[in-house]
Amino acid sequence: MKCLAAWFSGALIALCLVAAPALAQQPLKIGFGMSLTGPLAGNGKAALISMQIWQEDVNAKGGILGRKVELVYYDDQTNPSTVPSIYSKLLDVDKVDLVVSGYGTNVIAPAMPIMMQRNMTFMGLFGLNVNSKFGYDRYFQIMPSGPEPAIGWTQGFFDTAMGLSPKPQTIALVGADAEYPALALQGAREQVKRSGLKVVYDKTYPPNTVDFSPILRAIQATNPDLVYVASYPPDSAGMIRTASEVGLKTRMFGGGMVGPQFAALKAQLGPLLNGLVNYESFVPEVADRFPSIEQFLAKYQARAAKEGVDVLGFYLPPFAYAMMEVLEQSIKAVGSLDQAKLADYMHKTEFTTYVGKVRFGANGEWAQPRMLAVQYHGIAGNDLDQWRKPGRVTVLTPAPYKTGSVMTPYQDSRK
Amino acid sequence: MPADFPTALVLNAVVAGLLLGGFYAAVSVGVSISFGMLDVVNIAHPAFVILGSYIAYLVNDRTGFDPIAASIVLSPLFFALGMLIYRIYYLCFEKRGQESLRGLAFFFGILFITEVALVLVFGVDYRMARSAYSDTTWRLGPVDFPMRLVVPFLVSIAMVIGVQLFLTHTFFGRAVLAVAQDALALRLMGVNTFRVKEFAFALSIATAGVAGAFLIVIQPVQPSIGREYIGLVFAVCVLGGMGSIWGTLAGAFVLGLAESFTSTFFGPSWAPAVSFGLLLATLAFKPAGLFGR
Amino acid sequence: MSNRAFAAVAFASALALIAASQLVTNDYYFSAAYTVLQFVILATAWNILGGYAGYVNFGSAAFFAVGAYSSVFLYKAAHPPLIVMIVTGTLAAGLLGLAVGYLTLRMRGVFFAIATLALSVVLYTFVVNWDYVGGARGAYILQPRDLPFGLKRYIQVLYAAMVLMAAFALVVARTIETSAIGRGLAAIRDDELAAECAGVPTLRLKILAATVSGALMGMAGTTFPYYLSYVEPSAAFNLSYAVNSIAMPLIGGMMSWLGPLLGALLLGTVQQVVQVTVSSEWNLMIVGVLLVVFVTLAPNGIMGWVEAWKRRRK
Repeated sequence: MKCLAAWFSGALIALCLVAAPALAQQPLKIGFGMSLTGPLAGNGKAALISMQIWQEDVNAKGGILGRKVELVYYDDQTNPSTVPSIYSKLLDVDKVDLVVSGYGTNVIAPAMPIMMQRNMTFMGLFGLNVNSKFGYDRYFQIMPSGPEPAIGWTQGFFDTAMGLSPKPQTIALVGADAEYPALALQGAREQVKRSGLKVVYDKTYPPNTVDFSPILRAIQATNPDLVYVASYPPDSAGMIRTASEVGLKTRMFGGGMVGPQFAALKAQLGPLLNGLVNYESFVPEVADRFPSIEQFLAKYQARAAKEGVDVLGFYLPPFAYAMMEVLEQSIKAVGSLDQAKLADYMHKTEFTTYVGKVRFGANGEWAQPRMLAVQYHGIAGNDLDQWRKPGRVTVLTPAPYKTGSVMTPYQDSRK
Repeated sequence: MPADFPTALVLNAVVAGLLLGGFYAAVSVGVSISFGMLDVVNIAHPAFVILGSYIAYLVNDRTGFDPIAASIVLSPLFFALGMLIYRIYYLCFEKRGQESLRGLAFFFGILFITEVALVLVFGVDYRMARSAYSDTTWRLGPVDFPMRLVVPFLVSIAMVIGVQLFLTHTFFGRAVLAVAQDALALRLMGVNTFRVKEFAFALSIATAGVAGAFLIVIQPVQPSIGREYIGLVFAVCVLGGMGSIWGTLAGAFVLGLAESFTSTFFGPSWAPAVSFGLLLATLAFKPAGLFGR
Repeated sequence: MSNRAFAAVAFASALALIAASQLVTNDYYFSAAYTVLQFVILATAWNILGGYAGYVNFGSAAFFAVGAYSSVFLYKAAHPPLIVMIVTGTLAAGLLGLAVGYLTLRMRGVFFAIATLALSVVLYTFVVNWDYVGGARGAYILQPRDLPFGLKRYIQVLYAAMVLMAAFALVVARTIETSAIGRGLAAIRDDELAAECAGVPTLRLKILAATVSGALMGMAGTTFPYYLSYVEPSAAFNLSYAVNSIAMPLIGGMMSWLGPLLGALLLGTVQQVVQVTVSSEWNLMIVGVLLVVFVTLAPNGIMGWVEAWKRRRK
């Protein structure tokens, strides 16, 4: 009997000794919803690939706090109604240690109440101005639009425009009836007020519009000096093509088009992109400022081709990776998963990431805006390789990254 | 709006409306056959259009062949697919006399299955096809004719006229029209109505395949955009008058022109309300449609 | 069982469910249950016109969105308590059902279906252009801080509201089904012309069914803005509402109030489970396959299966 008891206690102790480090090996789970199907799935999948690359990089170096990182994610189908359930499951059932958001304003906002109830630190992936109504102090946004997101988003276009000589007088605003374009146009209207321009056209179109020529002709009829467009990939392509077909004459055309950043549209539109002024988050022209990006993009591009997503990866992927880097560095610096300490650290620190230095302001947005306003030129043919090296893009703003001046008017710079 | 009469704007709006209408007609003529004549609520029709888009894209991407030409050459494939789907539909629903609602749910299922299959094979990135004329625009005075829309328009009109001629001038075509009028009487006369309906449904899917090539020449395509065309195809069909091919063409032109004019002069955002408001008004006051029987 | 007894049982069960849920510690249950209950209400509502009368409504999303956006409007205008929003949304949607019914129910069933489809698009366009409720930009609806009845989190309040509304919808459905109205609707479904000849006031009954059906669908949408905190048109008008409100009664059985309940519980739960397990494009595939399989193998839904099995045993 005593013998048995001794064996039993010995076994128990041995088990605890083995279990203790085993418990410490429990993976560090990071949970999120992501658009893997639905209209924004192209970006969602690209972001997921980037986050998986980050996970592999981190685990190759031994994980975080001695624990391997595990990503727990569910498809939010680009449908906001799925978001509350997904994040409740992640937090209450899967018991993840950290959460980040999915892609886009309309899947980030529904998660905010849950984050605020649980006091979770929450990193957002490319949502425009989500925190303005919630005012949550543990929200951080990796999109570099700056403290007033809709203003920062549109700053590049308007700074360049007001720098033209003679100063432009009139502007046409147009965009899709969807939440990002509507928010971007709101920012544009604010810019218009600040710069004293006169709005001669301000309308929106349904996202599934097939033919854009009535819209562009109506715009042309008002003879605007500037045309600012906020659109998603299918309508960006339609607008750009149609601008060429109707022979749009204006001094500057473009602004807030999602789409031309992606390989698919760069390849499809090719020379039609010449002269367009748009925004990018990364271009080869600024690669020397962001040293590790080439390495990351090589890994990303190899996987993207296989999975049928954006093969260049200039738009979202570096920022998705940077978002995880911020988290990684914060956890390591704080030494624990205490959400309050993490949020505090993230507010105070300037991070060095693949996309350069990142610093957050009080409302969780970037302290300084850093979207690049660019103009495309010299594109010939539809092959993708010309985009992989510098030479097709002029960076117009912000000043530290500027590589050249804007060419106007649009109809001449198109050739 | 400018003070002087905007002739150029109006002319261009008319042309744009007609070109768009031609495209809408191509997408909807299949539904005019399957829903208008056979009473099969094929809500998955747009999914077959998208499937056609991807097939055209594949051929164009690998071989550089013109997508529209490719889709015409490959239309027998879609015809065969249509026959297969109709057989399943017939065995499971029509034979048992339980069509409409159950058939509807069946086709919803097919819509989703097709969309997912496309995602699994092609991924979710936007695809577009290139043809020799994609970037050319003819200018006739103040009016622009972008080839990207003109070529699909011409082929579409040819296809619609072809379908109409087939239905009115060939034996099988007339059998289809007869089945639409009174299937029971036809069966009593010894005609194998199953074969006739199978043929007609297969024809409708074949037109969907070709319409898909038009779509991918006009705009970038992604698997889930089929859902946005569901309302449109049924609207065109009903507006024009069920079971009338000319009606479908007229309905398509009306919707195209309504969209074009609303976009040019009032605000593109309102275009769907105008188009579908027109449909609601037609349903309320003349349910048989413009050319209805 | 008389209708009164049924109503008592329904509300008692609802209260019991709410009380029992206090034992649940994780919010995921409430979130997932909210969505399933939403579909119970939608399916039951749809079935009143679709199953009982045989008129297919394609535009469930339109009525749902009317409920949701009337809540948004009230929130921005006056910020009244939840119950006021629920009642107003239900009435607004009912009015819409009345109007649409009056305009389109005189014609063949298939035209009513197309009209509801058109209605969805027209309403969507109006909402997108209606700046006061946010339009395409979306509207933020912040959950209140103080909660009634000592409940700890707002999702529990929403859950309780949905359970009660679901019970209410079931009571309404059963009352209609077992009354003269229900018999009239059944006559319309079986053969409208014969019913007319027999003296059934078909148009009036159809319009009544459309009004009630629309009102209940709107009721399902009234708490939606609070659930999401951010409403924009494409979320409120999502295709899944139209598809599910047709599929669930089909799968469950369209002849009685029990069918939509079963169908919603089954399909809704499957969708929730799949969303957090398989979770990828396969979600949609599974819905599609389930739809096809059920519709081909179980023509009268689960209830039909049960009936057939009972008959075989005799």
